[in-house]
Amino acid sequence: MVISVASGKGGTGKTSVAVNLALSIENVQILDCDVEEPNVHLFLQPEIEKVEGVYTLIPKIDESLCNYCGKCAEFCEYNAIFVSKDKILLFSELCHSCGGCKLVCPTNAISEEPHKTGSVYSGKSKDIEVIYGELEVGDAVATNIVREVKKRIDKSKNVIIDCPPGASCPVIESIKGSDFCILVTEPTPFGLHDLKIAVSVLEEMKIPFGVIVNRSDLGDKRVYDYCKEKNIPILLEIPFDRRIAELYSRGIPFVLEMDEWKKNFRKLFETIKERVQK
Amino acid sequence: MRICITSQGDNLDAFLDPRFGRCNYFIIVDSETMEFEALPNPSLSARGGAGIEAAQTVLNKGVDVLITGDVGPNASKVLSTSNIKVITTKENGTVREILDKFLNGKLG
Repeated sequence: MVISVASGKGGTGKTSVAVNLALSIENVQILDCDVEEPNVHLFLQPEIEKVEGVYTLIPKIDESLCNYCGKCAEFCEYNAIFVSKDKILLFSELCHSCGGCKLVCPTNAISEEPHKTGSVYSGKSKDIEVIYGELEVGDAVATNIVREVKKRIDKSKNVIIDCPPGASCPVIESIKGSDFCILVTEPTPFGLHDLKIAVSVLEEMKIPFGVIVNRSDLGDKRVYDYCKEKNIPILLEIPFDRRIAELYSRGIPFVLEMDEWKKNFRKLFETIKERVQK
Repeated sequence: MRICITSQGDNLDAFLDPRFGRCNYFIIVDSETMEFEALPNPSLSARGGAGIEAAQTVLNKGVDVLITGDVGPNASKVLSTSNIKVITTKENGTVREILDKFLNGKLG
């Protein structure tokens, strides 16, 4: 079973939920797809066994063949190529590797070459298999790394995917193919606003989901009212607890020191399993 | 001389738009005849690389001088390969006022 942990708003506790869930159940593989700032490994401290580079193809321009017609720049949806009367400039960080510039070039001046855009780290933290991606500094396209991380999914395990925040391409790439998605939110106006966006994404993707309310005793009741109105199950509530916060600040997942929470996360897992099998 | 000023509106009495890549309009004035063209910026809602695309637009228009508030790093790289003279100004007057100042040598 593949469970993704997402949220519209950042900082609601996706990684906390993902890591604590991973530590509460058996036979786990956890993937950190928040490749712009992966942090699952900070909590699980895995021993890294393998680091693999992720490469994409970017155009290589042979200026001796270029006649500066500008067709490539005109074609590029991401403005990664600029052509003046006697110069051509490539902004590789904007390139999405579609290869279109090569196809439209009338003089065959464009070929493709590999460009390193990030890395995938694989390792183990006790019995938990940990895989995370990391986007190269200066690069802007995260989806390729997310895809590479997800190629390593082991379906014989209970797979937990920690997603990036928001509702943009890398988030959708991370959630894609999940059997269930947990949306972590907080009961604040921002939490609600971004939850609504995330819900609309999941409805579009037709992936079953439920909500975890973190810092559940803060803020107001509007997240609850919204979930009730939309018939969205609230899977778990995590209170604003000083102990949880202190453990977090020391990089310790709270289930390790608060045994009762292990039970809560196990129950959460069972609830999800039932919902998926239904 | 063809002078391009980034503008918030489509006429000479509109205010200068301090943004380059995502300005509303490019007002392109011929300093000999004082005739002008207001070109809606096609890069206004570009997902990325707006500055690069805007520079391409300005370049294709055969502009000699560009007056704007600020130019980002990518656009600046692109513009530096062209023969366009780029003037960034902190002034916030109308396009007409900025143009007058420039033509009288009182700008940048």
